[in-house]
This record gives sequence, C-alpha cells and structure tokens, in this order.
Amino acid sequence: MIRWLLWLLAGALLGGIVHLVAVLMLPRTATQDAYSRLTPVAPLNTVAVLPQPTPQHELMPLMDPAFASAVCRYDLENGPIKLTVPISPAYTSVSFYTRRGVAYYAINDRSAGRRQIELQLMTAAQRADLAEDEDVTAADRLIVESPSNTGLILMRALAPEPGLMPVAQAALGKASCKLEPLTAER
Amino acid sequence: MRLLLGSLFALAVAALVGLGTTWLALTRGSAFGAVAIGAWTAFPKSGTRDVDPYARAAIARSGELPVGSGDGVAFFARADDDGRSLDGRCDVRISGTTPQARFWTLTLYDPQGRLIGNAIDRQGFTSQEIVRAADGSFDIVVAPRTRAGNWLPTNGVDSYLLVLRLYDSPVGVATRAAREAPMPSVVQTCS
Repeated sequence: MIRWLLWLLAGALLGGIVHLVAVLMLPRTATQDAYSRLTPVAPLNTVAVLPQPTPQHELMPLMDPAFASAVCRYDLENGPIKLTVPISPAYTSVSFYTRRGVAYYAINDRSAGRRQIELQLMTAAQRADLAEDEDVTAADRLIVESPSNTGLILMRALAPEPGLMPVAQAALGKASCKLEPLTAER
Repeated sequence: MRLLLGSLFALAVAALVGLGTTWLALTRGSAFGAVAIGAWTAFPKSGTRDVDPYARAAIARSGELPVGSGDGVAFFARADDDGRSLDGRCDVRISGTTPQARFWTLTLYDPQGRLIGNAIDRQGFTSQEIVRAADGSFDIVVAPRTRAGNWLPTNGVDSYLLVLRLYDSPVGVATRAAREAPMPSVVQTCS
C-alpha cells in the first residue's frame, strides 16, 4: 500500500514537471496562432488590409468588429522596416507583436502626434549598427526595436459608426510597410 | 514485475496530472495580474512584454492578438454582478458609466471568442453610437428579443462573453481598484 502511495507521489511530481514543460513549449508548437492564421493572407513585408470579421468568417478570435484592420507580417533579416500609417479621423493605433503573439509595443495616433504615424522597426543589432551621427537625429524619428526577427504589425482604425467603415479602411489602404536597408541611408 | 507496474502507474499519473492541469489552466484563463472590477476582468499585462507564460500559451492556443497596452485595455465579463453565467435567453442590463477613455467598444462573442450572427447584424456598440441619458450615463440591454434604445441581440445562445475595450485610456497595468475605473453594472433577469 505504502509502495503504491509512493508511486502516486512520484507520478504527481512528474506531472508537475510535465505541466510546466507543456505550458512553456506550447507557444512554439501552436499551429493555429495568430502568425500562422495570417500567413496565407499577408505577404511578407507589405501591408495587407484584413477582411472585416463576420459571424461566418473570422481570421482570429476576439477581433473588434468596430475596427478596420491591416497587418504587416515582417522579417527583419534583410534590414529594418519603414512603416507609415495615415491617421483616420477617429482613432488609429499600431501594435507590434512577436512571432509568438507577445504585444511588445503599441502606439496610437495621439501619442504619435502627427498626421501620420511614421516609424522604423529594427532589431537591436541593426540599431547598434546605425552610424553615430544618425543616432543623434534619432530624437525626431521613432525607432522601435523588435525582440525577434519576425513578427506582426497590426494597424487598426476605428469606425465610430458602421457608415464610417469605408473611411477607416481607406486610411489603412494607404499605409505602407517596406524594407529599407540601412546602407541606403549612408 | 512490481517495479514495472509501479513505474507505469507513476507515468500514467504524471501524464494525467500534467496534461490535465495544463488544459485546465489554459481554458479557465490565467489569474495572474488580473484586474477584477464588478463583473469585469482585465489582464492588462497580456498587452505587454511582461505577459506571463500561462497567458502566452493561452494566446498561442486561441490565435488571438491581445490589445497592446499602448492601445487600450480589454475587460471581459462571462457572468453578471451576482456571478451567474450570462445566458442568451435572459435579459441583461449594462448600465452606468465607463472609465475615462477616448473611445470604447462593447462587443458580444460566443465563449470561444467568435461573433454571433443575428437578424440586425449587430455585434456591438461603440461609445459614439449609443443613446445616453442627459448625465452621460447609458443603458445597454442584451436580450434575445427586440428592445427600444441600445439593444444588443444575443440570438438566444446558451452562454456568451461580453468584452468592453477602452482605447487610449489611463486604465492599465497600474489600475487596482474600482474607484480608479468605474465599470458599468451587469444585471441579469431571467423570466
């Protein structure tokens, strides 16, 4: 009897380890995460306006139907990315996610404070490579550091009422996300 | 023989305990860093780099993209103020005021986060759309049948989820209490 209780205890302890490993491994093995869901509709390093979520078809769960959204699936392997998003009349935001869906940075139109949100996305290594004189002028340009080489930029524009949805979608349609190698600036 | 039986037993227990608790943790939702105000719960850390491993796993599994903390914060309600699950066959009145925010949206989803179809094709309201009282407070009725005023149809589903998203709001990781973020009440009446 005691022997079986000991085996049970050992099993429970091992189960705890299985639990921790499973939780930590899951983001790497998930096949239906946001990045995988968006891969078929979003070409690399360009802006793709996403279809509005409807009860029949949604790319991702929990999308806010009051927003028009566009996504840029990025890969910084060949250099930084320059992102320009025109501001729609109501509210515009840009959120950055890693390959595994961690929201590492987000900005809205008011904190950007201009008529368009303009920024550069690069890895920490690429930022370190910036020439020193370039870094001096960095105060008036927004640089976002990506913790991973690949990820997602989600651009969203609010339609405060359904009739304003075309305006919001049109604003996102003018957004651009393109590779801008550092050497071109020097 | 005894050793073999014992270790098989231990391994079976390990698999059951390990995978069972993982499944439970991911489907019931994470409790870390939750801000609960009335019927509403938010996980502001899910929109930051400091997201905990359980929330990371849950996000990867569901395939959602959480609202970034520089964008806004999402409050979820699966039950009313008395803790009873929201039932699409009952009437739910959401009333009061919302915390300070430039815009907010209220959206109705099924428990898996999918939109629910209905005859008037309405899945939610924005702060600009709703009819308000003179003092700025509002009433939204979530009900299966047509109502006057701000009516959000449930289409009679068994259970659903309400998400109130505050955009460009001071409410976030630092918010602790209801006094900083007055959330609307959620009152359910079943006939």
